[in-house]
Amino acid sequence: MSGSHGETINVTLKVWRQTSADAPGGFETHQQAISTDASFLEMLDLLNEELNAAGKEPIAFESDCREGICGTCGVMINGRAHGPQKATATCQLHMREFADDDEIVIEPFRATGFPVIRDLAVDRSPLDAIIEAGGYISVNTGAASDANLTPVPKAAADQAFDAAACIGCGACVAACPNSAAQLFTSAKIGHLGLLPQGQAERWSRTEAMVETMEEFFGSCTNHGECTEACPKEISLDFIALMNRDYMKAKVKNRGLAGQH
Amino acid sequence: MGILESKVPEGTLADKWENHKFSMNLVNPNNKRKFDIIVVGTGLAGASAAATLGELGYRVKAFTFHDSPRRAHSIAAQGGINAAKNYTNDGDSVHRLFYDTVKGGDYRSREANVHRLAEVSVNIIDQATAQGVPFARDYGGLLDNRSFGGAQVSRTFYARGQTGQQLLIGAYSALMRQVAAGTVELHTRAELLDVVKKDGRACGIVVRDLLSGEVTPHSAHAVVLATGGYSNVYFLSTNAMMCNVTAAWRAHKRGAYFANPCYTQIHPTCIPASDDFQSKLTLMSESLRNDGRIWVPSAFDDTRPAADIPEGDRDYYLERKYPAFGNLVPRDVASRNAKTVCDEGHGVGPLKNGVYLDFAAAIARNGLDAISEKYGNLFDMYQRITGENPYEQPMRIYPAIHYTMGGLWVDYHLMTTVPGLYSIGEANFSDHGANRLGASALMQGLADGYFVLPYTIGDDLAGQLGNPVVPVDDPVFTTAVAGIEDEAHRWLSINGTRSVDHFHRELGRIVWDRIGMARNGPGLEKGLSEISALRSEFHSDVRVLGSADTLNQSLEKAGRVADFFELAELMARDALERSESCGGHFREEHQTAQGEAQRDDDNFAHVAAWEWNGEGTVQTRHREELTFETVALSQRSYK
Ligand SMILES: Cc1cc2nc3c(=O)[nH]c(=O)nc-3n(C[C@H](O)[C@H](O)[C@H](O)COP(=O)(O)OP(=O)(O)OC[C@H]3O[C@@H](n4cnc5c(N)ncnc54)[C@H](O)[C@@H]3O)c2cc1C
Ligand code: SF4
Ligand code: FES
Repeated sequence: MSGSHGETINVTLKVWRQTSADAPGGFETHQQAISTDASFLEMLDLLNEELNAAGKEPIAFESDCREGICGTCGVMINGRAHGPQKATATCQLHMREFADDDEIVIEPFRATGFPVIRDLAVDRSPLDAIIEAGGYISVNTGAASDANLTPVPKAAADQAFDAAACIGCGACVAACPNSAAQLFTSAKIGHLGLLPQGQAERWSRTEAMVETMEEFFGSCTNHGECTEACPKEISLDFIALMNRDYMKAKVKNRGLAGQH
Repeated sequence: MGILESKVPEGTLADKWENHKFSMNLVNPNNKRKFDIIVVGTGLAGASAAATLGELGYRVKAFTFHDSPRRAHSIAAQGGINAAKNYTNDGDSVHRLFYDTVKGGDYRSREANVHRLAEVSVNIIDQATAQGVPFARDYGGLLDNRSFGGAQVSRTFYARGQTGQQLLIGAYSALMRQVAAGTVELHTRAELLDVVKKDGRACGIVVRDLLSGEVTPHSAHAVVLATGGYSNVYFLSTNAMMCNVTAAWRAHKRGAYFANPCYTQIHPTCIPASDDFQSKLTLMSESLRNDGRIWVPSAFDDTRPAADIPEGDRDYYLERKYPAFGNLVPRDVASRNAKTVCDEGHGVGPLKNGVYLDFAAAIARNGLDAISEKYGNLFDMYQRITGENPYEQPMRIYPAIHYTMGGLWVDYHLMTTVPGLYSIGEANFSDHGANRLGASALMQGLADGYFVLPYTIGDDLAGQLGNPVVPVDDPVFTTAVAGIEDEAHRWLSINGTRSVDHFHRELGRIVWDRIGMARNGPGLEKGLSEISALRSEFHSDVRVLGSADTLNQSLEKAGRVADFFELAELMARDALERSESCGGHFREEHQTAQGEAQRDDDNFAHVAAWEWNGEGTVQTRHREELTFETVALSQRSYK
């Protein structure tokens, strides 16, 4: 395998380095010649090879699937979560989105709820805490009835799916000036709340998840930066739905509905 | 050579599992909380098992090296999951799914396991739907199905192009519900580096915290490995970057036999590599073969753009050679044919390393919207990677390593050869024989985790009632912990000149060339010596910088690549010994006049399971004979 059909561009990288959560961090500058066929993370791989060869510790950054589905990757590129391309996770970004002589500033996701672990890697475990608070339908293995017993109108199924597409990357939080996690939380609440299977726990789920979210993250002031950064283009409508459900959950006579 | 005991129950095939569920020992509900079970891995197999065991009342500890269970490699599965629901009324049944799977596996799987898999497949769809998995539905609101390679019925359930993500979110949410309930203790960013035994029985594991570097022992009455497959031994594969064999391999070194390591699957529809910096390959879902037509230019080195090549100058080689199945032949057949046409010089694209997958006819027939509704996200993915628009020009695809059928040997209870140690999901070898059919891995992982292991594990645990776990200050644990701490320092002190990735990439090249899509005796011999030479170089010249008490990704990888080296040798040895072709294992010396895989049922209708004999010695090959009571062995034909 040799010979590329992309062109080569030269870029200046300003990369954030930080050895631990409480160590001070700072930018490091590197020049990189790179084919436009390479992905953004492959460019970082190459840079790491060069650093290692020069006896310098490679830059820590996270990725796994490298196809935009696992939500492991994610950095700020020129101030934007996941970079310039719409509906694209960091790992799917290719260097053909950049031009010769570009300066590219690479930083970790910045949010109060996501402390830096090292360099570009952050801790996003509070997102799991929100799911733990109620992001599920309570059905033990074996307790399910035949899958076709309850038809789900296609429109509802499709809408639930649009919400379920969230990959849990946390870019919405990183993009938000308040470090709010409304888009992530509402995507999960919307996914389950729109399906017939999700009705029994709808109000208790919403209440528990929203309140756990508020323990870790800032509050939403409707900037809409989250949906702009979201690689799955989760819609702001889900935040509206969540807010409505939360109000209802709060006032609902839940005892009467047999729910807590 | 010893003979392995599969513990397949007596009775007719269709009754075995039902009868066996009745005859197995049970742990009564109040006693379940007296048992500790460790589950390593939180992909479909591990998350479903940990959640279900927690629901049953066992005390579960779940481990993953990911930062969240939801990131396991299962998330990337695109195409779908099989189940014998027969919702489409096209003649499907448990028996047909069973039959297709045994045949698709080229008669190298265990009939009883496969039948059980087909039986529980229907429960998986019910369970997932109840959890809120948004499977595709028709306008009446009922579940939709599509067909997949290797089957003539529509039995594949799907969720746009992200079936794996949706199923995993279902299993992950069930798991998080148990975490909230306190039945499961979740350990993230925790990598298993050793399996610990006492008096011959698995009693726990040793884990390294990937952030602090701390090495800790954990004990339990049973240990379950759900740690996925080993495709990344090839470096370039469709698997996520962090997939590795370490958990299974270290269990192997503690006595678990490793079965059929040479059975690896090449997926026919991946985006061809574009350059040396390529870090992984991207799969284009096999479901695309339902509507896409595969072709190459009939002429050698035809450099015209696809659109300028008239019908008469195109070779739709799968439709030509296999009229009955056409573009839907099984993966191994589709892959080998692509290799053949490219090797002959018909390849397309700048590196001539691809074949066309063309949607022009489907778009003309069904309209752009219908195609975009079905495959839109896959088309977008393709365009992002290649910069080419598949609505306007055909995709370029090429086979890539995708799945590993080999893995830890397990009996009918999914227990390895080490008592108390289980393996489920892709990590075990059980159900796919020498070739896995599309949409069957998700089915197997969830079958194992939701519906098989939770029953079978009780049979063995019942006999352990009253036995305390081995305390973690027992010498078996302290020695193992010290060994793992030493290992980290050994990598850091080598101070060679080349990175871990450099060696991994070079290893991958050897494995792809010698133990890839086609293998032969001399090539495998050569591969063995190449692997061993590179391995010595790795151990003396690798450069791992930094320290062991912080996030250190090179250090993590060093241990994984070391295990890949050892595995690669075993793969070559296994491929060499198996002097027949079957499924994904294609020995060039053994093919029919038409170039199809030629099995040797008289000599190789068995599972090869390798026993570790210590460092520096060759493993011993054991066999489990495969007997086929229900399915008649025949030459697979998809013509
Ligand atoms: C791109 C792609 C598409 C696919 N599409 C389909 C499809 O459409 N249909 C289908 O049926 N199959 C498909 N497959 C195959 C299928 O996705 C996998 O075989 C299956 O998901 C494996 O599940 P698993 O639970 O066994 O392992 P995985 O999902 O790989 O999970 C492994 C788990 O183990 C953990 N782990 C591993 N090692 C350690 C360790 N040492 N310490 C701690 N934790 C560890 C990981 O963190 C992870 O949680 C696809 C595969 C690929 C690559
Ligand atoms: S809502 Fe979008 S940005 Fe936020 S976690 Fe989900 S996928 Fe990522
Ligand atoms: S690495 Fe999986 S989404 Fe980017």
